[in-house]
Amino acid sequence: MRDVAIVGANMLKFGRYPEKDVVQLASEAAIGALKDAGISINDVQLVSSGNLYQSNAMVGQRIMKEIGATGVPVINVSNACATGSTAFREAYYAVASGAYDIVMAVGSEQMGKMGLLGGGGGGDRAYSTEGVMGTGIMPGVFGQAGVEHMRKYGTTQEQIAKIGVKASKHGEANPYAMYRQSKNLEEILNARVVAWPNTLYMCCPTSDGAAAAILMSAEKAKQYTSKPVWVAASVLTSDPYSDRNPTMFDINTLTKNAAKEAYEKAGLGPEDLSMVELHDCFATAELVHYENLFLCGEGEAGKLIDEGATYNGGKIPVNVSGGLLSKGHPLGATGVANIVEIVWHLRGEAGDRQVKDAKVGLAHVIGLGSACTIHVLKK
Amino acid sequence: MTQEAVAEKKTNPIVPFMRIPEKYPAEEAYFWGMECGACGTKFLGERIACGKCGATDKLREVRYGHDGNLYVFAVVHQSMPGVEVPFVAGIIDLDDGISVRANVYGLDAARPDPSWFGKRVKMYSEVVSQDKEGNDVVAAKFKVQD
Repeated sequence: MRDVAIVGANMLKFGRYPEKDVVQLASEAAIGALKDAGISINDVQLVSSGNLYQSNAMVGQRIMKEIGATGVPVINVSNACATGSTAFREAYYAVASGAYDIVMAVGSEQMGKMGLLGGGGGGDRAYSTEGVMGTGIMPGVFGQAGVEHMRKYGTTQEQIAKIGVKASKHGEANPYAMYRQSKNLEEILNARVVAWPNTLYMCCPTSDGAAAAILMSAEKAKQYTSKPVWVAASVLTSDPYSDRNPTMFDINTLTKNAAKEAYEKAGLGPEDLSMVELHDCFATAELVHYENLFLCGEGEAGKLIDEGATYNGGKIPVNVSGGLLSKGHPLGATGVANIVEIVWHLRGEAGDRQVKDAKVGLAHVIGLGSACTIHVLKK
Repeated sequence: MTQEAVAEKKTNPIVPFMRIPEKYPAEEAYFWGMECGACGTKFLGERIACGKCGATDKLREVRYGHDGNLYVFAVVHQSMPGVEVPFVAGIIDLDDGISVRANVYGLDAARPDPSWFGKRVKMYSEVVSQDKEGNDVVAAKFKVQD
């Protein structure tokens, strides 16, 4: 395998863009990434496009028709919330394998105001089990994941709410976030409950968004940039058999498996990370991923947030972007945007929220059902 | 009865891994599934291979009992239109070695508490709706045993 560098990175501020369609959003992100890399669409040899809700509608090719239909191979990827990061991984392997030298990954989604409760629809509603035989929708599922942590380790709702406080504070500093309003612990805890233990501000908002990255072989990267960001590991796992899954989705085992593999491939450990952008679709998710990514020991996630270790400036800054809780979560764009955030920090271009002396970053995404991607990036 | 008499109304389970006995409701509905003879793993409902070890020729049908304990839960306050909230969305470990999702009753949804973990629960069932053809739809629920 060859070394692969990220040479161009760009994302749109996540939010609501009812006046635009998903191809316009993706095209803007793509053009921004091309400019950032100092190349044109004519230099790109393969495009990997992540989009979930229009996964049957050739979003990648439509982007090319918008920004320059050069006839190169285009791959459309869907992998639940890990859609964008899986598209990035396909782009990575296209270069690492030696088959292509300059490749673009683009992730996009337009969700409008549908909310994470999702659409449902189709079939006979009489056979819908939601609320009749437990829950299968995201707030409940991730609520249960947090409650399992409470059961095992005595974690409290207040500790989980502190993750929401941190997210809102970080989000305030990020101009690319949808919500930029710092909230205190009382405000988070007293907000309306969505699915206990998660209140409204412990659940990510849905949003529209797009992000893109240009990947190059080492040789090409040297021609175009003095600040390459290297992909030290690109890992994708699915959930192996575990008890209760899928009655109760297991978001832990596949993340731990991915983390172990990523650290091994990168030749680095959690102690080497300058920053982490992890999949905080809910505050309870961030809690369990502290342990799944080995940022702390088993059962110590509550303590980690109590100590403020995951704040920007702390021992291991997590989601200095504000995370999905502040940025919003446009499914197909999310995984590419995490990577873009880390690229900006490693280049020293992250403005007010810059992580000091950032050298290594880890981007983690989970798509429920499940797919987990981890990318380790370094200067 | 005329020839236009409506087809006999059926009683259907809400999920395929529940069965409704002929003598329902005198005889209670139950969960069923398959057990792998090679590795012993149990599953809900019909399948053609073991989802753990991959064996394809060792599966046998099993009927699960009604007793178990509450593993974890969430208290759902916001759901899809028409869903009554709040409800306690439980993950129940049945004594027969399989886990199911269900609403749990007999707990104060306004006061979620660690003392709920491991509570003994028992399955019962109810008609929860009628489908488009007028058939009764039956769902499983769990009640805390004091």
